[in-house]
Amino acid sequence: MIVELGHFALALAFAVAIVQTVVPLIGARKGWKAWMAVADPAATTQFYLIAFSFAALTYAFVVSDFSVQLVVSNSHTLKPMIYKISGVWGNHEGSLLLWVLILALFGACASWFGKGLPPSMRATVLSVQGAVGVAFIAFTLFTSNPFTRMDIAPMDGRDLNPLLQDPGLAFHPPFLYLGYVGLSMTFAFAVAALIEGRVDAAWGRWVRPWTLAAWVFLTIGIALGSWWAYYELGWGGFWFWDPVENASFMPWLISTALLHSAIVVEKRESLKSWTILLAILAFGFSLIGTFIVRSGIITSVHAFANDPERGVFILLIFAFFTGGALTLYAARAHILEAKGVFSMVSREASLVMNNVLLAVSSFVVFIGTIWPLIAEMAFDRKLSVGPPFFDAAFTPFVVAIAILLPLGAMMPWKRAQIGRTFVPLRGVLILAVAAGALAFAMQTGRSALGPVGLALGIWVVGGAIADLYNRAGRDGLTARLGRMMRMPRADWGKATAHSGLGITVFAVAGLLAWEAEDIRTVPIGASFEVDGYSITLLDVREVQGPNYDSIMADLRVQRGAQDFMLHPEKRVYPAAGMPTTEAAIDYGFWRDVYLVIGDEQDDGSWTVRSYIKPFANWLWAGCIIMSLGGLLSLTDRRYRVAAGARKLPAGTPAE
Amino acid sequence: MRSLILALVLALSSPALAVQPDEILDDPALEARARALSVDLRCLVCRNESIDESNAPLARDLRLLVRERLVAGDSDHEVMEFIVARYGEYVLLRPLQTGSNWLLWAAGPVALVLGLGLAISYLRRRRPEAVADEVGGLDSVTYGNLTEEEKKRLDEILRG
Repeated sequence: MIVELGHFALALAFAVAIVQTVVPLIGARKGWKAWMAVADPAATTQFYLIAFSFAALTYAFVVSDFSVQLVVSNSHTLKPMIYKISGVWGNHEGSLLLWVLILALFGACASWFGKGLPPSMRATVLSVQGAVGVAFIAFTLFTSNPFTRMDIAPMDGRDLNPLLQDPGLAFHPPFLYLGYVGLSMTFAFAVAALIEGRVDAAWGRWVRPWTLAAWVFLTIGIALGSWWAYYELGWGGFWFWDPVENASFMPWLISTALLHSAIVVEKRESLKSWTILLAILAFGFSLIGTFIVRSGIITSVHAFANDPERGVFILLIFAFFTGGALTLYAARAHILEAKGVFSMVSREASLVMNNVLLAVSSFVVFIGTIWPLIAEMAFDRKLSVGPPFFDAAFTPFVVAIAILLPLGAMMPWKRAQIGRTFVPLRGVLILAVAAGALAFAMQTGRSALGPVGLALGIWVVGGAIADLYNRAGRDGLTARLGRMMRMPRADWGKATAHSGLGITVFAVAGLLAWEAEDIRTVPIGASFEVDGYSITLLDVREVQGPNYDSIMADLRVQRGAQDFMLHPEKRVYPAAGMPTTEAAIDYGFWRDVYLVIGDEQDDGSWTVRSYIKPFANWLWAGCIIMSLGGLLSLTDRRYRVAAGARKLPAGTPAE
Repeated sequence: MRSLILALVLALSSPALAVQPDEILDDPALEARARALSVDLRCLVCRNESIDESNAPLARDLRLLVRERLVAGDSDHEVMEFIVARYGEYVLLRPLQTGSNWLLWAAGPVALVLGLGLAISYLRRRRPEAVADEVGGLDSVTYGNLTEEEKKRLDEILRG
């Protein structure tokens, strides 16, 4: 019964979304206040209906209702509760319902927090958001209904894929969707601006929080996925340049560019039409991502539902929204004239450079991802584009961005001098080059990757600190620190996010350059050395888990004062009939010790893989610091003011 | 969403991982070359994995083949040619820089040059000297075409 109510609520939400699309749009065009006002209750109602629908599906999973097809295919009575719940979105239909739920949530938020928007703008934004909702609810209802019942309910389910029974992966999709779908908000604002024909500083101010929020979620989502791959796939890879990963990375790159160009719109009233274009592209790329994941058109390690019919449906959604928005853009972009005036060397110009590099790097990822398709259709060549291509084609952009970032970030608006901007960075440059040279001298005979990464990391992080310090005036240290503490949160957010990027760049380079690997067969009781660590295989035994059988090794790791045990496992989940490898990792500040147990050999010894991975944690720490920077910016008071939440006393310093 | 198919692939193969100890060559220099080549070769039955990472039996066969050719004295280039002759271009994760693939390899640099060109022409047009004639006075620079009420609201926000 509850399942049917959930289905019915979704159908109702579909009808509400249609109303939300049509009525406010007409109202905004004709200037009818009452029609515009329909948008708010519609957005709220749509959200509650979908939330109920989602709760109904979750309920079916929680009580293991095996009369529902989706529960049968993705759940099992013995599964721990958290994975029963995460099983709701661990499949195509359920994840689509989550997607729609988040879409409605953002729409409702725009209604709840968007009171400061001019009424016609808000009505148009909510109408566009409603239109996206209509498309995706239709997709769910007509091609991927999660509420389909079984004719005969089986006694037990087929279990969720064991690889997905993992905390990292339980929360990876929701964050990623919050990011993808958050970009629909900026898309709605961009289309509304084109329809309304106005883009000004205020528009920039309304759009930036949504972009920031989406970007923060996207960053966390990608980092979670990468971390999961690192510990779960059994050899410590963290990024594979797989089409599906690229599908999440392209919107990230574009939204990073958007984040920066929206600053120029907000503060300098320039780059307007470019920012609108980026907002359309960012959401376009997240739709392409959805298409790649759910159509199976490009072979990927982690494709989702390989159903051509669904693929066509998403392609239609993509064509309608991106094509429609771009057509509107082509027709209306000329009315968005730029206001700001600035010289060739200025903060504006450096943000333009940032955008060129990010947009082109995203284009490189895009062409690499779809090239196998183009080559096959246009040139009849069946080929692969893998990590070696992306490493070669993408890395130069990261290096260029890292080199230019500290300088660009410190340039004053309107007119700057490179020489004068560089003065506070002299010390940082010397430190970065010296550290890189030292690392190069110490590592003897390895590639330059590690030292270059170290130098870039110090340059970016040091640059962020120098920026804050330099802006705090010319007085003594305590006065400067005091002023730094009173700086707007946006400034701290900028420095934090940039530092996070520096840390991640360094960690990727350091991990790849200085990793140690060892693969060997080890008899029980024997020891071996890897990179200064002495590792002993004490025992291998069988262990029974809640819904799996496991072969677990006891390995002792010693180095100087460090002495600890690690227990890598091989598991078999009988319900799904699927083996997984559980690496055992000792997470450390400087390095991870990463052990994997393989097969038993004929002579009774075991295959053991050992990896020493330096700075592995820095990689994800860098991503978290980046998103923390985004959060700090998001809480900057000017957004609370702009949102019209309350009136603040005059006389507080402008930033 | 990651990895439903990957899991299926894993399910069909043994849980053993990638390079096995018995495959490793005694000569560390040859082994290092073999590993480097493996990273650039695709496991044909997998979805986008190199033979260095893959667990599939076919990947193991390919790894052994690479090592066989290296032991027989082939250069890296000869090994790759041998494998491409057998399995086709599809096996290469680093696309060849021949024929239509030049479009792929040149796409990034060309787009960068184009992007920089567009950016520089835009920046030149925004220079104060270039814009001076276009705008009519300071007021329109600050407020654009806002209404009086909106101008007041903007001032309020900027002061806040």
